[in-house]
Amino acid sequence: MKLTLTLNGVRRTDEVAADTTLFSYLRDRGCLSVKCGCETSNCGLCTVWLEGKPVLSCSVPALRAQGKSVTTLEGLQEEAAQFGAYLADEGAEQCGYCSPGFVMNVLSMVRELDNPTDEEIKEYLAGNLCRCTGYQGQLRAIRRYLQEKGGAK
Amino acid sequence: MYTARNYVVAASPEEAWELNQKKANAILGGGCWLRLGRRRYDTLIDLSGLSLDEIRLEGDTISLGAMVTLRQVETSPLLRESFGDYFSRCTRHIVGVQFRNCATVGGSVAARFGFSDPVTALLPLGCQVELVKAGRIPLEQYAAMPYDRDVLTHIHIPLPKYGRPVYESVRNTQTDLPVLTCAVAREENGLAAALGGRSGRPSLLRGADRDGLVEQAMKLSYVDNLRAGADYRRHLAKVLLNRACAQLEGGEQL
Repeated sequence: MKLTLTLNGVRRTDEVAADTTLFSYLRDRGCLSVKCGCETSNCGLCTVWLEGKPVLSCSVPALRAQGKSVTTLEGLQEEAAQFGAYLADEGAEQCGYCSPGFVMNVLSMVRELDNPTDEEIKEYLAGNLCRCTGYQGQLRAIRRYLQEKGGAK
Repeated sequence: MYTARNYVVAASPEEAWELNQKKANAILGGGCWLRLGRRRYDTLIDLSGLSLDEIRLEGDTISLGAMVTLRQVETSPLLRESFGDYFSRCTRHIVGVQFRNCATVGGSVAARFGFSDPVTALLPLGCQVELVKAGRIPLEQYAAMPYDRDVLTHIHIPLPKYGRPVYESVRNTQTDLPVLTCAVAREENGLAAALGGRSGRPSLLRGADRDGLVEQAMKLSYVDNLRAGADYRRHLAKVLLNRACAQLEGGEQL
C-alpha cells in the first residue's frame, strides 16, 4: 500500500504492508535512533513525533501517518546534541540505550509545558523508562537545560 | 504483534460497520492494546477519517468522538471547565504522554477493560454511547453487554448537575495498571460509584449515601493476582469510596 508522509522535513512516498508499524517503517528508512525496547507499549524508547506530538512508534500503524509529518531524533540533531551535552555533564547518559526516546520526549515537553515544576517534569517523562539510573542525573540535566534556556520554575 | 493483510480508512461509519461484521477484521483504536496480541487479521479498520477526534459541547452534553486520545481527554479545556481535574486524574497515570497520545477513549470504552481508568470514570456520570447500528444507549447498559460487532462512534457525557464527581485510584508503581479504580458522582437521589480493577468489568453501584455504597462494595468479588490480593483490593475499595465521598461532601481530604 502507498504511504506518503513528510519525514524529518522531506516529503516521500513508499510502499508499505498493511501491518507495518511506524517503528519498522522508520528503521527501514535509516532512522536508527528509533528502537523498540519493551514490546509492551510501555518504555518510551520508540518515541517519535507525529504531527509534532510524541507517540509510541511501536504502536502506531505506519499507514496512520498518511499525509502527516513525522520527526525522529535524526531530524532534531542540533537540538538533541545541545540537550545531550547537559545529560553528559550530569553523568546521566549512562549506557545511552533509553536516550533517543528520552531526548525526543524532553524536547516535546519543552515545547508543550511552560516553566514546568519538578512534579510536572516527572509526570511528563513517566513514560520513559531508564534501565540504569535513578533519574536524578536526568532531572538535574533538565533543570539546568531549562534554566539556561530561560524556562524553569 | 498482530499481522494484517489489508488496511482500510473507513469513508463512513456504515462502511466501518460493514467491514467489522467479518470476524477476521478489527477496528483499530490507538493500536496500543492490539499490538500486544498475535492475532492474524484480514482487514484493519481505521476510523481516523471520520472526524471522530473532536471533543464538542452539544447543549448540556460533552461529546467525545471515539478517536479522541486519552491525552486530549486529560488536557481538554472544555472538560476541565465543567469537571475540574476529574478527567485529568483518571488519565494522567496511564503509562506515559506518548501512550496517551496514541490510545483512544473509544478503544478503552469498546474494549471495556476491567482495569480501565476511563471506563471507571465515565460509568457513574450517566453517559450514553453512540453505536452505528444500536444508536444511543446508556453506558451502564453497554458496559455490561456481551461484545458484539457494532461500532462505537461517540461517548456523550452530561454536564454535572449535582456537583463535580471525584476520581481515586491506587497503583503499585507509577505507569503500572491500577490495583483499584474508584469514581463517585452525585445523582438526583443519592450517589453513583464505579469500581474497577476488581475482577471482570468495572461495576456501577448506587446508594443513598456513603455507607450504602461501601456496604455494596464489600459484597463484590475481588481478584487475587500479581498486583494485589483480593482482601487488599476489598479494603482499598472501602478506603477509596470513603475518600471520594468525603471530597464530594465538602472538600475533606482523607
